[in-house]
Amino acid sequence: MKLPADLRYTASHEWVRREGDGTVSVGITDHAQEQLGDIVYVEPPKGGRRVKAGETVGVVESVKAASDIYAPVAGEIVGVNDALAGAPEKVNEDAFAAWMYRIRPDNAADIDALLDAAGYEKAASA
Amino acid sequence: MPKTTPLHATHLASGARMVDFGGWDMPLHYGSQIDEHHAVRRDAGLFDVSHMLALDVEGRGARAFLRHALANDVDRLKAPGKALYSCVLNDAGGVIDDLIVYALAPDRYRVVVNAGTADKDLAWLEAMRVKIAPHARLTPRRDLAMIAVQGPSARERTWNALPALRDGTRELAPFHAHEAGGMLVARTGYTGEDGFELTLPAADAVRAWEALVAAGATPCGLGARDTLRLEAGMNLYGQDMDESVSPLDAGLAWTIDSKPGRDFVGRAALERSASPAVFAGLVLLEAGGVLRAHQVVETACGEGTITSGTFSPTLGKSIALARLPAGTAHGETVRVRVRDKHLAARVVKLPFVRQGRVLINLQDEEKETT
Repeated sequence: MKLPADLRYTASHEWVRREGDGTVSVGITDHAQEQLGDIVYVEPPKGGRRVKAGETVGVVESVKAASDIYAPVAGEIVGVNDALAGAPEKVNEDAFAAWMYRIRPDNAADIDALLDAAGYEKAASA
Repeated sequence: MPKTTPLHATHLASGARMVDFGGWDMPLHYGSQIDEHHAVRRDAGLFDVSHMLALDVEGRGARAFLRHALANDVDRLKAPGKALYSCVLNDAGGVIDDLIVYALAPDRYRVVVNAGTADKDLAWLEAMRVKIAPHARLTPRRDLAMIAVQGPSARERTWNALPALRDGTRELAPFHAHEAGGMLVARTGYTGEDGFELTLPAADAVRAWEALVAAGATPCGLGARDTLRLEAGMNLYGQDMDESVSPLDAGLAWTIDSKPGRDFVGRAALERSASPAVFAGLVLLEAGGVLRAHQVVETACGEGTITSGTFSPTLGKSIALARLPAGTAHGETVRVRVRDKHLAARVVKLPFVRQGRVLINLQDEEKETT
C-alpha cells in the first residue's frame, strides 16, 4: 500500500497534510481511489464552512459508486481545489497530490490524534 | 465459496480486480474500466462471459416447449443459426429472465441465460418441459466457456487469433451463429458494437483467450460491460426489470410476439395490463453527480425512477435508463434528485450510442437549456 509517512490518515480513507501555515490539506488515499476505480466527479465543500470532525463535507464519485468525504477534524474550510472539477481523474493518477480542500483546525493537536501510516494500513486492511 | 470460470486463474494473473457477480468471482476491470470501454468502441475488447449458462433444448417437442415458455416466438427463427432475444415471463407477466435463443436445427436450440438467475431458470423451465414436452431434453452446459469479442475490429482480431474460424464466419450475418468444430460462433453481443460471442469447451478457453489477447483484443471486465450496454440502451436483468416488472414497462414490448394463436406464459396478464410506463434514456445536463439506480425523477406527469445509471465514457456525461410516468415525451427536461440537489436531465430515445456513433444530438440538448 502506497502511504507517505509524513501524512496523517482517517479510518474513512482521507489523508491529511500539514501545510505549515496552520492549515491542513485533505484528499483521499491511493487505496481509496483504487477501490473506487475511475473517478468522474469530485464535489468539495464550500469555502468558509464550519465543520465538525467526522462530518460529511463532500463527495467523490467513480463510474461504479459514490463515496462521501469527511472532515478529519473540526475547523473551518479555507480553500478548495477547483482544478479537480474539470479533471477528476487526477485523483486516480496521484491521490496524494490531488488535495480536495484545506481546513484550519480549531485545535492543532487534533491532527496528532489521527492515524499514522501504520495505523491506517491496519485499519484499511481490516 | 464463489463460483469461478475456466478463465479465473488467467484473470488473477493479469491483475484483474475481482468482484462478486451473482455468486461468481468475476473481473471488474484490469486497470481502468474507462480505457476498456474505449477499447471496445474503437478497436476490440474481450470479455469472459462464462458465468452465463448455456442450455441445450433438444428433441421432439423442443420447439413447442419454447413457443410456450418464451414471450418472443422461436418460429421467427427461419434459417438455422438465427438468434432471438426473449424474456421468460411468469404467470403475472413479470420477467423471470431475459435470454438469447439460437435455432441450430429443427427441434434443437441453444439458450443462454443470466448467471444470477441460472438455477431459478433451470427449475422453472424444467418444470414446464415435463408437462409440455416430456420427450425433449433440457441440458445445462457447465462444460462450456463463453468469450465475447466486441468492437469494430473484433471479427478481424478473432480471425487472426483463431484462423480456423475465418472461412465459416466471414459471411455470418448479424444475430446469426455458426457451429464449427465444437465451437458456436455467434455474431451477437451486449455492447452495441459488432463482434462475436464464442462458446467453446472449457478446456479450450485459456488458449483461445490468450490467442485473442496476443491478436490485440483488450481484456475487459464487468465495469466496462455495464457502461457499454447502458450506452447501447440494453437492459440488465435485476436492475432494469425483474419478476415484479412487466416487459412493457421496461422498454421490451418489441420482444413480445403477440400474434394471435400462440399461448405463452404471461400472455393473459400482459393483455390485461394498464397503459405502460415510458422507458427512456436520460442525459444529465449539469454538473452535480452521477445518475444512479433508484434516484427519483421528477417529471410534469409525476415521479419516475432511474433503473440503471452511470457515467458514459463515450459522451463524457452521466446517462441513465429510467422508468417514467406515461405521457413523458422524448426531448423533455426533467429533474433528478441526487443527494440534496435536483439536477436537470433530458429525456432521450434509446440507444445513446451504437457502433461507435453517438445517436443523441448533444448540440441541440445543450442549446435548449440555455
